[in-house]
Amino acid sequence: MFSEEKLNKVKEIIARYPQGRQKSALIPVLHLAQGEFGGWLSTETMDYVASLLQIKPIEVYEVATFYSMFNLQPVGKHVFEVCQTGPCMLRGSDNIIDYIKKKLDIGVGETTKDGLFTLKAVECLGACGYAPMMQLGKHYKEHLTPEKVDAIIEECRANAN
Amino acid sequence: MGRKLLFDKAHIENIRYYDVYRANGGYGSAEKALKSMTPDQVLDEVKKSGLRGRGGAGFPTGMKWSFIAKPEGVPRYLVCNADESEPGTFKDRYLMEFIPHLLIEGLLISSYTLGANTCYIYIRGEYAWIPDILEEAIADAKKNGWLGKNIMGSGFDLEIYVQRGAGAYICGEETALIESLEGKRGNPRIKPPFPAVKGLYDCPTVVNNVETLATVVPILRIGGEEYAKYGTGKSTGTKLISACGNINKPGVYEIEMNISVEEFIYSDEYCGGIANGKRLKACIPGGSSVPILPANLLLKTAKGEPRMMTYESLADGGFATGTMLGSGGFIVLDEDQCIVKNTLTFARFYHHESCGQCSPCREGTGWMERVLKNIENGKGKMSDIDLLWDIQRKIEGNTICPLGDAAAWPVAAAIRHFRDEFEWHVLHPEEAQKRNFGLAHYADPLEIAAPAAV
Ligand SMILES: Cc1cc2nc3c(=O)[nH]c(=O)nc-3n(C[C@H](O)[C@H](O)[C@H](O)COP(=O)(O)O)c2cc1C
Ligand code: SF4
Repeated sequence: MFSEEKLNKVKEIIARYPQGRQKSALIPVLHLAQGEFGGWLSTETMDYVASLLQIKPIEVYEVATFYSMFNLQPVGKHVFEVCQTGPCMLRGSDNIIDYIKKKLDIGVGETTKDGLFTLKAVECLGACGYAPMMQLGKHYKEHLTPEKVDAIIEECRANAN
Repeated sequence: MGRKLLFDKAHIENIRYYDVYRANGGYGSAEKALKSMTPDQVLDEVKKSGLRGRGGAGFPTGMKWSFIAKPEGVPRYLVCNADESEPGTFKDRYLMEFIPHLLIEGLLISSYTLGANTCYIYIRGEYAWIPDILEEAIADAKKNGWLGKNIMGSGFDLEIYVQRGAGAYICGEETALIESLEGKRGNPRIKPPFPAVKGLYDCPTVVNNVETLATVVPILRIGGEEYAKYGTGKSTGTKLISACGNINKPGVYEIEMNISVEEFIYSDEYCGGIANGKRLKACIPGGSSVPILPANLLLKTAKGEPRMMTYESLADGGFATGTMLGSGGFIVLDEDQCIVKNTLTFARFYHHESCGQCSPCREGTGWMERVLKNIENGKGKMSDIDLLWDIQRKIEGNTICPLGDAAAWPVAAAIRHFRDEFEWHVLHPEEAQKRNFGLAHYADPLEIAAPAAV
């Protein structure tokens, strides 16, 4: 269940659309829910969002399964989403992905045993001039090198304690 | 230095904040429009400017705006396309991050022209920090009377809202974007009806790119006629180019559309040449969807004329020997890059991003990815190259939206211009695992332009 504050945010989002078009709020509210409830969307979470927007649960499932930013399975606390499309590949993203795999001892799509890190290889994030890069939560980490990756991992570990 | 119209004030410290933007002449164009011009007069200036959509298709903006239906009592919408997901393209991000008020001012003038009282900015979900910047700019504009009711006493009302997507390239296609904005999966609609008649909530809607809408500001500042004096022929004005790949200075550049491709790549004002002293192998000048060209055809047209950074010159020679300006996502490959691998990453991208509505796109993109993966991994057959050609031909033109074409063209162009490199991969699978084909020899471009009828 959302807090009072988040419920007000939901109301504010719904008010952006004409009367009866509250379904337009679905994607923003799913982002809000994913951020609030552990970084992924469980069936319970999706049903809750459906009830908030007065739409059918299936309408939420349809959308949640379409967009790649919505996680339908639990993920690690820190998700490394490394871009692997052409422009990043040209600047060595393969090496960065390999380096992270070795360093964290996981494969692409896997989560470390301590639940801290998930590694994903994703498609173009619109940072091609600052390649190689990855998304980490709300922000981009650009011009990646093995040293930079080390520092990011250290920082994440420090935040976990 | 080339003349600038969008980035002319980009170097000013704190230009991203309202006070600094305003103190440097910001909102002057909006003031002019709202206080002294009718919507039709603004439309006239935009038509005279020759501005063409900066999202990729290059459709004349003034003409697009004149198509909007105006049934009595039905709201109209302006939607700003900030989905920016075409690989190689990262220009809109720069504009929104660093000069957000330029976009807000452009949205205000454009909404006034169209008679839209609500405007949505649909931004790709991964640009997660930018909505905060835009929302702050919107709040400041509102505080200063540029949004809300009866703006500057003109009687015109406008609200602007930011909507985040959630990771789907297809939502950059305008009808998929509208579906997404309505809270649905991003499945493109069959056209007609066009959004100008039946768009968001079945109301008349105009969808324009971020850069297009920001460009309305300098057009009003200097006048449409003056704007049209920038650039070359039908490529009027300036264009933002996001340059990436193996160059010395990747980044976002505003160019006047009168410079050559050679100058853009090699001059210090722009890309600063190929990185690490390497040689240029190939380039995809307009985002991943446009045809890749080998260096010789990139710098000079098949007629031997210097190739210019304009819509017309880049397209010179059609798909046989030309390409497109597209979104301005300029991807440069040096001599060490593998065309097969590069093509594979794009095929994988389009496969991942296909919405799945049309079988040629849904199945064809996956098939192309698998065949390319085999060739790349040394398991390809000679017949696979013709198979690839065949698959892309069967996608092109047979789908609801242009993503199918966008997936087909890069594969077609790679085979058209670099068939020898594909063949080398098939014939020397072990060597191809160890080293790249290099620059090799470009066959006569016209001779290999189109493989014999398949
Ligand atoms: C698959 C696909 C993806 C697209 N992605 C974008 C995009 O990210 N940004 C954009 O402005 N236009 C994109 N477009 C073009 C839009 O459909 C539309 O033509 C454009 O927003 C119109 O604006 P303009 O006339 O100002 O260029 C895309 C088109 C297709 C077919
Ligand atoms: S061409 Fe592809 S992306 Fe476009 S509607 Fe068809 S399946 Fe969807």
